[in-house]
Amino acid sequence: MKILVCISKTPDTTSKIAFTDGNTKFDETGVQWIINPYDEWYSLVRAIELKEKDASVTIHLVTVGGPDCDPVIRKALALGGDEAIRVNADNTDSYFIAAQIAEVAKKGAYDLIFTGKEAIDYNGSSIGGMVAELVDAPYISLATLFELNGTTATITREIEGGEEVAEVSLPVVVSCQKGVAEQRIPNMRGIMAARTKPLQVVEPIAVEALTSVVSFELPPAKAGVKLVDADNVAELVRLLHEEAKAI
Amino acid sequence: MSVLIFVDQTENHIKKGAYEALTYGVQVAKQLGTTAEALVLGTVNDDLASLGKYGVTKVHQVANETLNHVDAQLYAKVIAEAVTASGANVVVFSHNQTGKAVAARVAARLKAGVVTGACALPDTSNGFVVRKTVFSGKAFANVSIHSAIKVISLNPNSYQTVAGEGTAEVVALNVAVDASKVKITAVNKVSGEVPLTEADIVVSGGRGLKGPENWGVLLDLAKELHAATACSRPVGDAHWRPHHEHVGQTGVQVAPNLYIALGISGAIQHLAGVNRSKVIVVINKDPEAPFFKAADYGIVGDLFEVVPKLTEEIRKMKASA
Ligand SMILES: Cc1cc2nc3c(=O)[nH]c(=O)nc-3n(C[C@H](O)[C@H](O)[C@H](O)COP(=O)(O)OP(=O)(O)OC[C@H]3O[C@@H](n4cnc5c(N)ncnc54)[C@H](O)[C@@H]3O)c2cc1C
Repeated sequence: MKILVCISKTPDTTSKIAFTDGNTKFDETGVQWIINPYDEWYSLVRAIELKEKDASVTIHLVTVGGPDCDPVIRKALALGGDEAIRVNADNTDSYFIAAQIAEVAKKGAYDLIFTGKEAIDYNGSSIGGMVAELVDAPYISLATLFELNGTTATITREIEGGEEVAEVSLPVVVSCQKGVAEQRIPNMRGIMAARTKPLQVVEPIAVEALTSVVSFELPPAKAGVKLVDADNVAELVRLLHEEAKAI
Repeated sequence: MSVLIFVDQTENHIKKGAYEALTYGVQVAKQLGTTAEALVLGTVNDDLASLGKYGVTKVHQVANETLNHVDAQLYAKVIAEAVTASGANVVVFSHNQTGKAVAARVAARLKAGVVTGACALPDTSNGFVVRKTVFSGKAFANVSIHSAIKVISLNPNSYQTVAGEGTAEVVALNVAVDASKVKITAVNKVSGEVPLTEADIVVSGGRGLKGPENWGVLLDLAKELHAATACSRPVGDAHWRPHHEHVGQTGVQVAPNLYIALGISGAIQHLAGVNRSKVIVVINKDPEAPFFKAADYGIVGDLFEVVPKLTEEIRKMKASA
């Protein structure tokens, strides 16, 4: 049983969002990098739980990015992956990234591929579906529960206004979100072990990027809050009705 | 050349978000000087010809019951065939649960560039550039699509639906549909509640409510406003509320017309899930709560006193309207 977990490096959730080079690049000054929370808390931890139940499970991590991704990948290994593969390329267009991951996936013949529901920087929600298409496997998105019984996965996923339960034979690609697992903290043993776990660097295959970011923008600042006295709730209702036209 | 809009259904009815996508797609077609057509998968009870009201000339339907459930693998195949058959060069989805499952997969199949989470019409003055939200609503990116076919999925509540007059021609599209490899064994819809991501109004509670037993004040307000209910992460983590109500950077992202926050401090991770709301109202007893900086209207006060009054005043306003 082989699991491939897609890992992406994102700015910490408290990072100041600013841009440089004429608003064409994210300003990395003072930014702390973390494993994308959806990749870490949900997909990676669920993979580790599966391995804890069944020692024959192996977990490989894959990321597409430069050497600056290595600390984040080591952290993921400290949590519990067996080995990691970094495709040495700038992380740009989602199709390019998905094609690289699909290439790794095909070579490794994985039974299960996990991604997070989205990366918290680009908010693409695209990689899982694209990888699934490129390896021609079923894709279950927005999973909130994941159970494995032999080679059948039972997955609860979010749908409009509720959830549905899907049963599917492996191999399958799954995007994970809250519910699938609980966040963990790496321990000292894991951190020590991670130092010697294999991190293989491979060169990208030739793929044409289909999109590119032209520029970034920050939203206009809010005009400022209008405070209403706690004794005058009727005034808030009037403002919401007449001024904001929200009720 | 044409624009094909994927019209999403659930339980044989067209979803609200689909009308936004239709209006948007028709506008894109106008901008490109071409026609807009719609695609419906599965069997639906709604009158498809009336989608012409939104400006589409044709509605393609693959009325195969297998497609009443979303299987991304089947959907991608069928939608890609429909794109080829209709000669579309722009494909529009809603960035909802189905869109997230399918849009990027269709794009990969067609080797088309995709922008998910689009929030404005494309700029076609020089190439094809689509604006999307990034960094969980804290910024926008203008993304250029280079491929011949372009796929866009539109953020819910970011484009106003406009309906006029018109009837569309409904045509059956003959596409072979494989057996699904995904077996749906249960569907659990939260009945009687407004789905969070589709709601016009969201009432959300934080740790300031002190415990699950106090949710009555919030639920009363939500009921009066026909609002969906949401909560902050610690509230979901403590199981005071079901985890699907957790909004924020690591939960659900919402963009309603009105977001009312009760006893929520407004941490940056919480704001990341709600900052696309049109109007934000904050009720918090701490005047220094960071949420006030992101709010349009606010009351500094004890929510247990303020919220019942608010519900009562809204009831009065409605009665007099
Ligand atoms: C990586 C990461 C991701 C995260 N993701 C999310 C996320 O997706 N969503 C999220 O919500 N959080 C998220 N958080 C947590 C976030 O940082 C905050 O801790 C959380 O949002 C606080 O929740 P809260 O506002 O309910 O509680 P608190 O911060 O405890 O605030 C409670 C508020 O209630 C007010 N209050 C108390 N009593 C009353 C009363 N009687 N009347 C009126 N007001 C009252 C207080 O003044 C206070 O402002 C994340 C954190 C991290 C580190």
